[in-house]
Amino acid sequence: MTAIRLRVNDATVADDVPPRLSLADFLRERRNLTGTHLGCEHGVCGACTVLVDGEPARSCLMLAVACDERAVETIEGFARDPVIAALRRNFHQYHALQCGYCTPAMLITARDLILRKRAGSEREIRAGLAGNICRCTGYTNIVTAIAEAAREIGKEAPNAQ
Amino acid sequence: MKAPAVDYVRPHSLAEAVNLLTHASLEARVIAGGQSLLALMNLRVASPGLLIDIARLPELLSVADHADAVTLGACVTHAAIEDGRAADPSQGLMPRVASTLAYRAIRTRGTIGGSLALSDPAAEWPAVLAALDAEVVLYGSSGRRSLKCAEFATGIFQTRLAHNEIVESARVPKLSADARCGYVKLARKSGEFASALAVAVTDPRRGYSRVVLGAANGAPLVLADTSRLVAEGRRDPDALRGIIGGDLNRAADRHFDEFQRSLHMVAAMRAVQQVLA
Repeated sequence: MTAIRLRVNDATVADDVPPRLSLADFLRERRNLTGTHLGCEHGVCGACTVLVDGEPARSCLMLAVACDERAVETIEGFARDPVIAALRRNFHQYHALQCGYCTPAMLITARDLILRKRAGSEREIRAGLAGNICRCTGYTNIVTAIAEAAREIGKEAPNAQ
Repeated sequence: MKAPAVDYVRPHSLAEAVNLLTHASLEARVIAGGQSLLALMNLRVASPGLLIDIARLPELLSVADHADAVTLGACVTHAAIEDGRAADPSQGLMPRVASTLAYRAIRTRGTIGGSLALSDPAAEWPAVLAALDAEVVLYGSSGRRSLKCAEFATGIFQTRLAHNEIVESARVPKLSADARCGYVKLARKSGEFASALAVAVTDPRRGYSRVVLGAANGAPLVLADTSRLVAEGRRDPDALRGIIGGDLNRAADRHFDEFQRSLHMVAAMRAVQQVLA
């Protein structure tokens, strides 16, 4: 067991973890944050994407011990985030999910695309979503929802980074 | 699946990391971003006894901008290169390459040193750094040495890295302002490993030209005759195809099948045409 101390959704958390424990399993099993999903467990499906120190990362390809002193945000931590709010509204409006398994990571990835200004065209959005697999929707409605959310955010804060 | 049981240690200096690597009683592996190693552990392909985490060592995160080269610490991430947060010696080639490498959530953790140390035959950096005539700097218990990237990989996942050495940095010569680069990655999906990868660099002011293929059933493959043709600036497509074909024929040890040969030909042609356009 290794002692770790990190921030999870703006709260400080301390725990003893075996080194083999992935960040995803730490979040789901130790913190009960089950919005982070596990699909492939080798970095391909993207369902486990969270933010680590503000940047998207695969929580199946990070060890919890390696997140000592880092800050992690999961989908549960975005309740008051304006970009996620716009995405949530448009995912609802455009029916951008069916089973919902990929959705938390889709939202986190889409938020990062919008904030990095990589959601300016359908082509750009599709390239940015290549690492997040959806087996229900065929992506069309997801792409539309992200494009619309990006447009709304751009209108509200044209110079926001 | 889940990774097998493993011990974990986070040393505070590169010297300490090398010491741990040299004297570990268990099979020890160095981990930086872990974007390949943890996938291999989750798949139970790799099961090291000890992980030595070097991701936060300041000496491996530094970027030094010299007059004629940029030294990128081994733990500089693909995302830092993509975003231009690390100095770019390559007139835009390296940020462009980084943006095609896997997915953003991989690029934020995966490192340039890890890519070199693993030398996946289909990975981008081994081929691109070979094309840029970069050197890889290795740090081990008997000190520091550097090797040309073009000679560092010896085969599929095989390099000249000794068991007690760690990749410290990549030293990439600066291209002149009028240098030209071509880069083509053929993959069935954005972010996948390449089926074919071609990098062409020509820097007339430094008298330098090189064309390199990745995903070539082995170490990055330097196309010697094609490199010379690019230096001469010859644009005739039939001549180009003939010369590239000759280079591919000489690489008989790579055992390209007809489809792979065709992919490599297309990638090399497009990369060379970007340079000569």
